[in-house]
Amino acid sequence: MTTLTDPPRESFRLSMLLYDTRYRSLTFQAIALLLLIVAIAFLANNLVSNLAAQDLNISFSFLSSPAGYDINQTLIDYNSQSSNLRAAWVGILNTLLVAVLACLTATVFGVLAGVLRLSKNWLVRKLMAFYVEIFRNIPVLIWIIIIFTIMTAVMPAPTAFRGDDPASSMVLDSIAFTNRGVYIPGPHFSRGFGADGNGALNWLIVIAVLVGSFFATRMVTARANAAQEATGVRPNTLWLNLAIWFVPIIGVLAIMGLYWDMPTLSGFNFSGGIKIGGPLIALWFALSIYTGAFIAENVRAGIQAVSRGQTEAASALGLRPKRVMSLVVLPQALRVIIPPLISQYLNITKNSSLAIAVGYADITATLGGITLNQTGRAIECVLLLMLFYLIISLLISAVMNVYNSSMKLKER
Amino acid sequence: MSDTHAQSVAFVRETALPPAEPPVAERGVYKWGRENLFATWPNALLTVAAIYVIYLVLAAVLPWLLNGIWNAPSLTACREILDGQTGGCFAVLVDRWNQLLFGFKYPSELYWRPTLAFVLLFVAVAPVLFFDLPRKLLILTLLYPFVAYWLIWGGTIWIPVMALVGFGVGYYVYTLLVQRSFAAGFFGGIAAAVAVFYAAGFIVPMLAPANPLLPAVPSRDLGGFMLNMMLGVTCVSLSLPIGIALALGRQSSMPLIKIVCVVFIEFIRGVPLITLLFVASVMLAYFFPPESQVDLFLRVVIMITMFSSAYIAEVIRGGLAALPKGQYEAGDSLGLDYAQAMRLIILPQALKISIPGIVNIAVGLFKDTTLVSVISMFDLVGMIRGPILASTDWNGVYWELLGFAALLFFVVCYGISQYSQWLERRLATDHR
Amino acid sequence: MAENQEEVKMKRTVFLGALTVAGVAAGAAAAATLDDVKARGKLNCGVTTGLVGFAAPDANGEWTGFDVSVCRAVAAAVLGDPAAVEFVPTTGKTRFTALASGEVDMLARNTTWTFSRDVDLKFDFVGVNYYDGQGFLVPKALGVSSAKDLDGAAVCIQTGTTTELNLADYFRKNNISYEPVPIETNAEGQQQYLAGACDAYTTDASGLAATRATFEAPGDHILLPEIISKEPLGPLVRHGDNEWGDVVRWTLNALIAAEELGVSSANVAEMSGNTNNPEVARLLGTEGELGAMLGLSADWAKNAIMAGGNYGEIFAKNIGEETPIGLARGLNAQWTDGGLLYTPPFR
Repeated sequence: MTTLTDPPRESFRLSMLLYDTRYRSLTFQAIALLLLIVAIAFLANNLVSNLAAQDLNISFSFLSSPAGYDINQTLIDYNSQSSNLRAAWVGILNTLLVAVLACLTATVFGVLAGVLRLSKNWLVRKLMAFYVEIFRNIPVLIWIIIIFTIMTAVMPAPTAFRGDDPASSMVLDSIAFTNRGVYIPGPHFSRGFGADGNGALNWLIVIAVLVGSFFATRMVTARANAAQEATGVRPNTLWLNLAIWFVPIIGVLAIMGLYWDMPTLSGFNFSGGIKIGGPLIALWFALSIYTGAFIAENVRAGIQAVSRGQTEAASALGLRPKRVMSLVVLPQALRVIIPPLISQYLNITKNSSLAIAVGYADITATLGGITLNQTGRAIECVLLLMLFYLIISLLISAVMNVYNSSMKLKER
Repeated sequence: MSDTHAQSVAFVRETALPPAEPPVAERGVYKWGRENLFATWPNALLTVAAIYVIYLVLAAVLPWLLNGIWNAPSLTACREILDGQTGGCFAVLVDRWNQLLFGFKYPSELYWRPTLAFVLLFVAVAPVLFFDLPRKLLILTLLYPFVAYWLIWGGTIWIPVMALVGFGVGYYVYTLLVQRSFAAGFFGGIAAAVAVFYAAGFIVPMLAPANPLLPAVPSRDLGGFMLNMMLGVTCVSLSLPIGIALALGRQSSMPLIKIVCVVFIEFIRGVPLITLLFVASVMLAYFFPPESQVDLFLRVVIMITMFSSAYIAEVIRGGLAALPKGQYEAGDSLGLDYAQAMRLIILPQALKISIPGIVNIAVGLFKDTTLVSVISMFDLVGMIRGPILASTDWNGVYWELLGFAALLFFVVCYGISQYSQWLERRLATDHR
Repeated sequence: MAENQEEVKMKRTVFLGALTVAGVAAGAAAAATLDDVKARGKLNCGVTTGLVGFAAPDANGEWTGFDVSVCRAVAAAVLGDPAAVEFVPTTGKTRFTALASGEVDMLARNTTWTFSRDVDLKFDFVGVNYYDGQGFLVPKALGVSSAKDLDGAAVCIQTGTTTELNLADYFRKNNISYEPVPIETNAEGQQQYLAGACDAYTTDASGLAATRATFEAPGDHILLPEIISKEPLGPLVRHGDNEWGDVVRWTLNALIAAEELGVSSANVAEMSGNTNNPEVARLLGTEGELGAMLGLSADWAKNAIMAGGNYGEIFAKNIGEETPIGLARGLNAQWTDGGLLYTPPFR
């Protein structure tokens, strides 16, 4: 006869907190929480007593007071009477501008160098390896300074363009490379909407037309596919597509009266056209060529990660080399390339904070630099600055997570 | 074989003909060139373009490099010697050599101290880098931080000695208590070490001689490439243990610890290093007890260490995640507790997988130490951009100085990455 | 010995802090700046990262200049040793934090006395050691004779300074446009300006003169006649520590008064022995107890004057007309000579 007895119920002993796995994690967490609270209290207490000792306070009211300084490169209206908050917005937009530009060009550089590193050409392969090693192993700050020095010390000053026999002249009479930046012709509308015909509305219209064309060509392609599946003959869509792309946009631009505003030398500087400031160019180029070296390695690794068998199998099926690349190798390589690529984009965004070394007015230079200096609100400014970068990187991480989950191998 | 045919066939060649030479186009440099440089038309174009690029670079750099002036007191003098010819003015490197390496405030008669510390660094890291060396040499590695501290900062020897004693006592307590449980040993060891440090705070001033053997150098006098090296080495070595702890914390099943680690790691990884340096330079002082003197160097070390430990934690987390679940389960089934399983089974494997990643982080961090020049510390870049380019003598010597800085960083970083590749090959125990 | 003890004490805090023992500052006594400086045996003085004539390290790393002399005078007054100064280079960005956080005891870094710095940032300006104004430096070849002609010009400007705000105000007021080229340090500004990346360089007129003096061809550049702002530059200390503020204030006043009273580094020893002027006697500590009231030795002012001479000597040696910088006394003459230097009496 067997009786089922419960194991003797242990009464709770204090040592169980340490030796019983059921309670141990609670004990540890309680200790950790305690330590955390003590640490935070210690820091907060120091902060409060330090501030009190110096009679300072934490206040964000400086954000609404006039900034008082001018910024040379702004995407939105700004003058010295605008608020510090507005200056911060100018900085945020400038950060995003240089980050987006650098991401685009870094991708181009990286993909080119990565593909060329696998080239059959020995010389090109070595040259690209040299590029990658040189740029990966030297700090980006030094690259930014070197390229900025090239910009300021090697390019001609605007005065070199002056006189009857100028030392420098404009490329094609429309682009001027100076040590203050590059001046290119800017598009303007003579019959556009908004103040003197150059409101943002015009550009919205242009974008809307382009988006419309894009969807129209998609429809044409879909129709062609349907026709091909039904009849086996694919109708020629090239001319139709070209027409859809070009006719509407040219029409709209003509109606609004597009003309090019050429940069001309007047006074001390070039005026007219669009100025891409030297600091922006230096930062943009340095970030893209530096990060391009890292992306090149990612691209190379991605392509090499696709096993030879895949290429061979595709060739055995009779696919042409171009199709092997686009249908078999690239889709698989992209799965490997894109996650590190996105984290390189994140790095570009964070490295753009080095703008401060060349005087480009990004968020670190406006909010974390001039505003901080002029108002002396160091803690507030640095906190806001970190908050901004944190939001940006959380956004980029979110994009990465969405991508990763959508690209996850569907295992059966 | 040949005997069977000896009578039936008139002539049988008994030896093989020597192989004929391949046609000229199929051998030697021709074949190599044809296959590697001029395989197809586009390829040939690429080759020509590449040769042109190389030519352009060399044409610009070589005369500048070969025609350089190594001995002149100032840029003006240098230009006079060059007399209009192309040539670098490397005299600035000779003139300001010590400033570039040590900063402009480190006492010149004491340069031998950081130099010695630098040489000893190789002795200290050798046992870590190369497994073939006898393990006993690791003692040198453990002693190195104290020796290096004493050499670079000088002052009374009792500070490093007491620090060493603290660690020794901590380790001793750990070995005593670890028999009972790892946690007891670990925390007991830390507590003992802290107690010794605290006591040392009172003992050291009493023992300190009026004129220490090595005169003290305040840390704001450090500068030049030495500062980059020190920040890099200190922060990487400090961030390794912290990074491991953070990675384990992030994998932990205890929600509170996990949350704290995740928040810390994601926060640090989300902001640029420069904002953390701003924190070090303008904010961190507010978080220390009033009247305590924590100098800028230490504040920067704290922030950079936090920065790199978050990145190292992520690399190690990758290593932990890459281990098959079976390894964890095997540890459990052997009845090992958490600390034993981690110490004996999981971490050795996970760290091995993470080494290339850690080295990458270390190289990146070393490059990032140049950012301290933005918060007015005079590291190599800070020296170049500040005192040297501002001086009347050398106002305008960009390329030589920046090129020199780039070269120094390249040598160090390329060396480390080559080592990492070698190590990866060494550690590749899986059979491919 | 005391110096060493303190050094060790500081080391200890630093070192233990490094070992994450956060609470160890226990040993460091909370005390007023004057006591701190005396105990430490060294004055921590914030200066610029390098502006020839005002504060710059020479080839041996020895700091010299006008602002540096003020630091040395204070060190001499407090510690009796003009060499007992630790110079901490600061940029426009880091200077205020360095002072507020206690990294430096005083800031002698051509800093303009403004309302918000005095009131909002909680600093005390102890006086004015140089009456300055913001000017413009342009190449002669530019053919500009007035700042009002600078419409559309690119102007190099040090960020984080009052000059940045003055510039914006000036151009706005005169309804002309410009393009700011922000730079961090004077060295960078110099490079950009010489490379032609900006048409004009603006900062305090004294700074411009100092910068121009380092050019290869100073004659090719002119200072425009407009002075667009008042820039009273002076040393400053933390708000609230009035004893320390008094020490720095009266050391500066002693230098100025010494010039007015005809006391110089050459004759100070002799004057302290036999003088008929009671104010000189009080200043030099042979009569009265001014030193004791400040918590210093009786010969504090004598030490300060011996460190680098009186105000006039310091001016002449570092930035005066005989130096490459070549600044005239102008507003910085004694009130008796039509300038603005006017110290309260030593009584």
